[in-house]
Amino acid sequence: MYGNDFVPQEDAPGGGLLGQVEAAEVALREAAARSREGAAAPGEDPAAYFADVIDADQKIEPRDWMPDAYRRTLVRQIAQHAHSEIIGMQPEGNWISRAPSLKRKAILLAKVQDEAGHGLYLYAAAETLGVSRDELVELLLDGRQKYSSIFNYPTLTWADVGAIGWLVDGAAIVNQVPLCRCSYGPYARAMIRVCKEESFHQRQGFEILHTLSHGTPAQRAMAQDALDRWWYPSLAMFGPPDGDSTHSAQSMAWKIKRFSNDELRQRFVDMCVQQAEILGLTIPDPDLRWNEERQAYDFTQPDYDELMRVIKGEGPCNRQRMEHRRRAHADGAWVREAATAYAAKQRAESQREKVAA
Amino acid sequence: MSTPGEPPRTPVTSPLWEVFVRARRGLSHTHVGSLHAPDAELALRNARDLYTRRQEGVSIWVVPAGAITASSPDEKDAFFDPAADKVYRHPTFYEVPDGVDHL
Repeated sequence: MYGNDFVPQEDAPGGGLLGQVEAAEVALREAAARSREGAAAPGEDPAAYFADVIDADQKIEPRDWMPDAYRRTLVRQIAQHAHSEIIGMQPEGNWISRAPSLKRKAILLAKVQDEAGHGLYLYAAAETLGVSRDELVELLLDGRQKYSSIFNYPTLTWADVGAIGWLVDGAAIVNQVPLCRCSYGPYARAMIRVCKEESFHQRQGFEILHTLSHGTPAQRAMAQDALDRWWYPSLAMFGPPDGDSTHSAQSMAWKIKRFSNDELRQRFVDMCVQQAEILGLTIPDPDLRWNEERQAYDFTQPDYDELMRVIKGEGPCNRQRMEHRRRAHADGAWVREAATAYAAKQRAESQREKVAA
Repeated sequence: MSTPGEPPRTPVTSPLWEVFVRARRGLSHTHVGSLHAPDAELALRNARDLYTRRQEGVSIWVVPAGAITASSPDEKDAFFDPAADKVYRHPTFYEVPDGVDHL
């Protein structure tokens, strides 16, 4: 899961989401099968070659020449995406020990483990650009790189776990599906993996809310309260409105980003309305209504001043999230050291055996 | 990370491993990504947890990333040049007269 708010902005709309992921995967294979027209000759301007590859909708691979700014943009975006997956384990991790049944607990454990996995896929993709994971982790721990602001909101009730799955993961999927077509090969391939796994997350969240909203009046109220609190922060995940967003045009030209923040936000709202009806819950927006002319829903924008405050560190849980992450990293140091010492010992022993033999 | 009062620790860096997974019997191992691990055994276990949580594989290879020697994309054309002018290696190069079967 991750949002779009921390970087200038990212990509894209969803749809028949899993179908779109599969279509992106097919497109990736087809592009690979097509031979690139007008390949640059050896010694030709590498920038022209790079532009050619992008124009032909082919993938840039780690050892290809690329503009420094393209590399920097990707490192920042992929790293912040990875950090979001890692920090994103916390709000839900908060409910693992209090899940209402063994089944729910097993599912939530699997989901949180997936988030860790997504973080690792993404760190691995970032490393292909010539940075080390340790460096990126340091940048996160020092607060010099950000993660999605959505994870700075607290999970107060069990229904929040449902709301995160449905809305936060739902918004993340809308953001991420177009990234499956990103021009950088390792990132696109990681996103295909992530999106396929993410759809389980969204469905399990929806199911939690559906169960609650069809339960006792108290459970129903709990589900509605979760929707009331998570709706606008989820809309804010798509980042600032297009007018305020920098870097966008360049990212679009490089085919890193494919849709604007506002396009994605609209797409998300249009998807959610019908789903909320089936849940029997009310989206907390009195101005939400179908616009026949636009063939889309009119809706109230999230509070972007609040978004900026949360990004700057003044959200309800920023300090808690970072403290927890730093503590977990420090507490794990002895494990990393022990594993490294053990590996060194094994190597030394096998050397001795070879010498003796 | 170090806590106040303790001497600063040297961060431990685990080597990078490239991971290859055979999805099903009969298919070849395919590169799926990379990970960090101190040794081969842990790399294998981490690869199982990271890349096959949904039964994506029946076999895993892990290879130290440093052990891979790669051709350079810059010399792509020159490097693969020797194969470029040998179209006669493809069966489609040959014209088969009408009426010839089983060729």
